[in-house]
Amino acid sequence: MDEKIRVLVAKPGLDGHDRGAKVIARAFRDAGFEVIYTGLRQTPEQVVNAALQEDVDVVGLSVLSGAHMTLCPRIMELMKKEGLDDVLVVIGGIIPDQDIPKLKALGVGEIFQPGASLEEIVTYVRKNVRKK
Amino acid sequence: MAKDVSDPVKGVERPGPFTTVSGVPIERLYTPENIRDLDYERDLGDPAEPPYTRGIYLTMYRGKHWTTRQFSGFGTAADTNERFHYLLKHGQHGLSVAFHLPTLMGYDSDHPMSEGEVGRCGVAIDSLADMETLFKGLPLDKISTSMTTNAPAPILWSMYLVVAEKQGAGWKNLRGTIQNDILKEYIAQKTYIFPPRPSMKLIVDTLEFGSQHVPQWNTISISGYHIREAGSTALQELAFTLYDGIEYVEWARRAGLDVDDFAPRLSFFFNAHNDFFEEIAKYRAARKVWYKVMTERFQCKNERSAMLRFHTQTAGCSLTAQQPYNNIVRVAIQALAAVLGGTQSLHTNSLDETLALPTEHAARIALRTQQILAHESGVTNTADPLAGSYFLERLTLDMEKGCWEYFDRLDALGGMVAAIEQGFPQRDIQDASYEYQKAIERNDKIIVGVNAFVMEDEPPIDILLIDESVTKRQVEQLGKLRQSRDNGRVRATLEALSDAAAGNSVNMMPYILDCVRAYTTLGEICDALRSVYGVYEEPQF
Repeated sequence: MDEKIRVLVAKPGLDGHDRGAKVIARAFRDAGFEVIYTGLRQTPEQVVNAALQEDVDVVGLSVLSGAHMTLCPRIMELMKKEGLDDVLVVIGGIIPDQDIPKLKALGVGEIFQPGASLEEIVTYVRKNVRKK
Repeated sequence: MAKDVSDPVKGVERPGPFTTVSGVPIERLYTPENIRDLDYERDLGDPAEPPYTRGIYLTMYRGKHWTTRQFSGFGTAADTNERFHYLLKHGQHGLSVAFHLPTLMGYDSDHPMSEGEVGRCGVAIDSLADMETLFKGLPLDKISTSMTTNAPAPILWSMYLVVAEKQGAGWKNLRGTIQNDILKEYIAQKTYIFPPRPSMKLIVDTLEFGSQHVPQWNTISISGYHIREAGSTALQELAFTLYDGIEYVEWARRAGLDVDDFAPRLSFFFNAHNDFFEEIAKYRAARKVWYKVMTERFQCKNERSAMLRFHTQTAGCSLTAQQPYNNIVRVAIQALAAVLGGTQSLHTNSLDETLALPTEHAARIALRTQQILAHESGVTNTADPLAGSYFLERLTLDMEKGCWEYFDRLDALGGMVAAIEQGFPQRDIQDASYEYQKAIERNDKIIVGVNAFVMEDEPPIDILLIDESVTKRQVEQLGKLRQSRDNGRVRATLEALSDAAAGNSVNMMPYILDCVRAYTTLGEICDALRSVYGVYEEPQF
């Protein structure tokens, strides 16, 4: 691949726990990706807008507050509306097992629960990104 | 004196590295040589004697066990009130309230930013009416209550004070703690509303108000817990937390308060992570460093001003979603470290907390863990039982030394508010947290069930699901309140509040209390303050 993979790391919702988002952002950078971090407390509209403006290949969402079943479906819906269907979406955080099939049905590529390794996440993104 | 450890007869070492969980190298053996610089009177002292390394009370747990205080809150005030009654019935001593994110961020439950968050991470509290429900049937002059509230601390504390007022419980008899520590929010947990300087003003107001009107209340719980959860080392947790304490004392002094009027009511809150001895060293060093800070830097006269009291919570970030029952064992080891470090109160995490808020069953096991330590383990029979251990005393001295080195750096940056504005603690913690994760990926650190001893196809466990009707119920109640209250009075209290905030010369507590008494909501009060103080946007570090 000649061009760098562009990733948006986003923290939707009110949750301020950004340890995971910061660690994965750094791991993506170390893997040679171009990383844009949104900062905290982004509405779904702000997240999708940033994905559009920054012309990213991947959106990584970090949610630990339990609000993922409100925030993630809205983000997926807005992305479709904006024609971002080809952007790979991955989620990390406190996501119970029973929500995983529902999120995948909405088009989320993968959900990484606590304990997932950085290597596993980077490898997944490399393998599944659709570079424009 | 290094002995050859490559000879198979004398013993071959594993490849290592031999370090604490924070990455501090550990020697093969500790002997009297390692603590030649230790002087009993100067460095340790008996319990209740300066520098308090061995504990602040003469009898320690022979006098009284630590307070078991399980942090809880979810759904509506009525849901959490039920859990409070349950925990007290099962032998818990004091209450500890977890508020949901909208409350902590200063939004009412019907605000667009609150969507999806109502009652999820804690209990939804919008107004005095919710606070009345939360403490229904609980006499506030008989129990002590800790409230994990930071940016909106003066508001939630005011609600508590007004509930007490209505119960007929005198403020002088109230015991409890508000976390009220905004500095660690900018550093680590990121649940801030206003910029640092007006936030510090509100905190100084609560210190002053408490010393005058609620003398038994701990007006701040200076917290390392969240710093550690954000990925810091044990030393960073200790140094940043104690320096946050220095910053609060500085600001209060600058506002004209006498150190001895409020310092006896300062309390601390530390994490209990996996590395048993490192954690115990941290608590012991904390008492000693704080004693020196208060007596030397601030020249306190009251000995209680120099006694560091602390709450401990076991490390949420150490729990694993894999094989979650293993977490019971982790929590027990961490809790034991806190007890051997002389904690005054303790929260033990539930086994299912990497998955969701705890079920009643999981919360009960966590509570029982403390009761087993208190009543069965025998560790409560004597104060500071590990004192004199060559290893532990070396770790304690090194922890103290590292702390002073951090203090010099923070002094040079111009104090903690200035250091935060420059991103120093934030960056330092991020570096440590990335290093920690990389050590796990290299298998230098083993996490059982995650990067070793992995099980495929684990059976799922039952978790607590938040009832989807919570938002609807909460928003409906709030709508009714907005109609039934005296809205003229609400507007008047808000105007008085805004004027007082803009004037920036009076204590804000009486104005906030007036708003609360009028059933002005938390979101309305925060909006009024936001329009005067502004909001904090974190620069990217």
